Amino acid sequence: MAAGDERPSFELVMDGDGATVRLAGAWTVETAGPLFQELQLLRLPVRGRLILDGAALSAVDTAGAWLIYRLGREARKNNLAVDLAAMRGPHRALIDEVAANDAPCPVKPPQKLGAIELLEDLGQGTVDLWREGLKFINFVGLVVVTIGRTIMKPQRLRLTSVVYHMEQVGVRAMPIVGLMAFLLGIVIAQQGEFQLRRFGAEVFVVDLVAISILREIAILITAIMLAGRSGSAFTAQIGSMVLNEEIDAMRTLGIDPIETLVLPRLLAIVLMTPLLTFYSDIIGIFGGGLFSWLALDMTPAAFIDRLNAAITTDSFLVGIIKAPFFAAVIALSGCFEGLKVSGGAESVGKQTTRSVVESIFLVIVLDAAFAVFFSAIDM
Amino acid sequence: MPGNPVIKVRGLKTAFGPQVVHDNLDIDVYQGEIIGVVGGSGTGKSVLLRSIIGLLHPVAGSIEVLGKNIIGMSQYELLELAVRWGVLFQHGALFTSLTVAQNIEAPLREHTKMPQQLMDEIASYKLSMVGLPPDAGAKYPAELSGGMIKRAALARSLALDPDILFLDEPTSGLDPIGAAAFDGLIRRLRDALGLTVFLVTHDLDTLHAVCDRIAVLAEKRVIVIGAMDDMLACEHPWVREYFHGPRSRAAGLHKAAGDGPQG
Repeated sequence: MAAGDERPSFELVMDGDGATVRLAGAWTVETAGPLFQELQLLRLPVRGRLILDGAALSAVDTAGAWLIYRLGREARKNNLAVDLAAMRGPHRALIDEVAANDAPCPVKPPQKLGAIELLEDLGQGTVDLWREGLKFINFVGLVVVTIGRTIMKPQRLRLTSVVYHMEQVGVRAMPIVGLMAFLLGIVIAQQGEFQLRRFGAEVFVVDLVAISILREIAILITAIMLAGRSGSAFTAQIGSMVLNEEIDAMRTLGIDPIETLVLPRLLAIVLMTPLLTFYSDIIGIFGGGLFSWLALDMTPAAFIDRLNAAITTDSFLVGIIKAPFFAAVIALSGCFEGLKVSGGAESVGKQTTRSVVESIFLVIVLDAAFAVFFSAIDM
Repeated sequence: MPGNPVIKVRGLKTAFGPQVVHDNLDIDVYQGEIIGVVGGSGTGKSVLLRSIIGLLHPVAGSIEVLGKNIIGMSQYELLELAVRWGVLFQHGALFTSLTVAQNIEAPLREHTKMPQQLMDEIASYKLSMVGLPPDAGAKYPAELSGGMIKRAALARSLALDPDILFLDEPTSGLDPIGAAAFDGLIRRLRDALGLTVFLVTHDLDTLHAVCDRIAVLAEKRVIVIGAMDDMLACEHPWVREYFHGPRSRAAGLHKAAGDGPQG
């Protein structure tokens, strides 16, 4: 942005041989917008010659020079002879510079609109989804093979990395997972009490809280928190490493990225999720019990008594058995999406979103499958 | 030297914690010149550049750019001044979610009011000026080669027709032919647009081909500043090593100074 305070202006003067445009003031990038619009309203003569007189111009930068060049270009299209002799030297040089670079470029990649393109997009999307699925299965297979190799040679396991991720995934998730479980315990007890009171069956609040927390709520809330907290972190960490060519560097150094990056994360989350689930079982039931005590006047002793009658070991097992499976799904989709990052920062964001959505979706699907399975075996 | 200094640094001291990078550093950059800043790794060339454009806050000293002291300036005032300079970062720093043309339009959109058509046209000629083919306009940075990224980033830094251009290692990572073309481009743009160019580089060829003056950073300050002949005549051991080392011979510096390689 060149300095220059004078207001830019132009004036068209007709004469016998054609016309003269007198340019004045500062023609710079700051003033180019309004000038551009005013220039479009200019009515050029139909024949003869056009003199562009720039003697009164105080400042011109490339944007201003471009507007002057454009004016000349329009005039030439109308078969006018354009005379730049009255432009000052440096301004003339700038006009020549932009004239030499008049090469229109596309701003955006061509965009598709219309029914056929929409259909094409749908087809492409379907095929992509199928290929994506195959790639994911391929990735799971690769991880399984790597696990097998690590079992044969246990010294290859990155123990430090496993412990580090156990802390990140497990220990550091305890406050938030605990808080969620506690609040959900209270909400279930409160809602249950409200409905069950109509039948005079408030005492069954304990059954409701204990069974729903143990079988479903604790594991689901833990898995969803981990997908949002750790699955996304896996994707972002691995994705940035891909962008930084660290994964390529590992491959050239003979270091297997699956073994060093995926396996420790997978193992850490598979080990920690059952523990976190057990922890949220306790906190959730504690929340329900606290509510029963404060709002229903049920003493802790009575609550525990009722709890003993309401639940069996099976109720607890149904929840805890699901934990490692959900954990594996979260880790695998997190790492898979991370390795798929390519291009730039935007891709990291996109893949992170995908990994979270994908893992929560798969967790719910898997949960439904488990529900069918457990009812079939009477658990 | 012609004209007033457009950049005037006096008594600059920058430090990161206990580590002092510059101490009592003075430098002047004059209107329309191309100044090259060299120095060993870790002498704070990029730190100096970042201090001058207000990204880093020095401990002491004054920095005047285009007649205004930028130390103690509010964020808002600095933004207003920043439209008068363009910066080419070492790795381009193009916005990855925008196409090249949209990258060039981003500062125009932010700081001026103009119709989309004019913005597209400005992006087109800037693109052509830096030597990129028109079809690069619709590409995303991830689809470009290293050399093209540098050119696209240069086009973006020129979007608002700045008075001063800051270049941080513009030719690093380019092949010698690409680097020579980039050198030529900088000189040509300076001549055509009347820019003042502040260039941080390691490239002896660039120093030789484009710089009017060279400033050497060492011992936390500018130890010598002047034309290439002054550099060759300088007796400071680091400067001697730098300009008389084996790599400088390839750049043809000695011949230029009538001091051909011995043996």
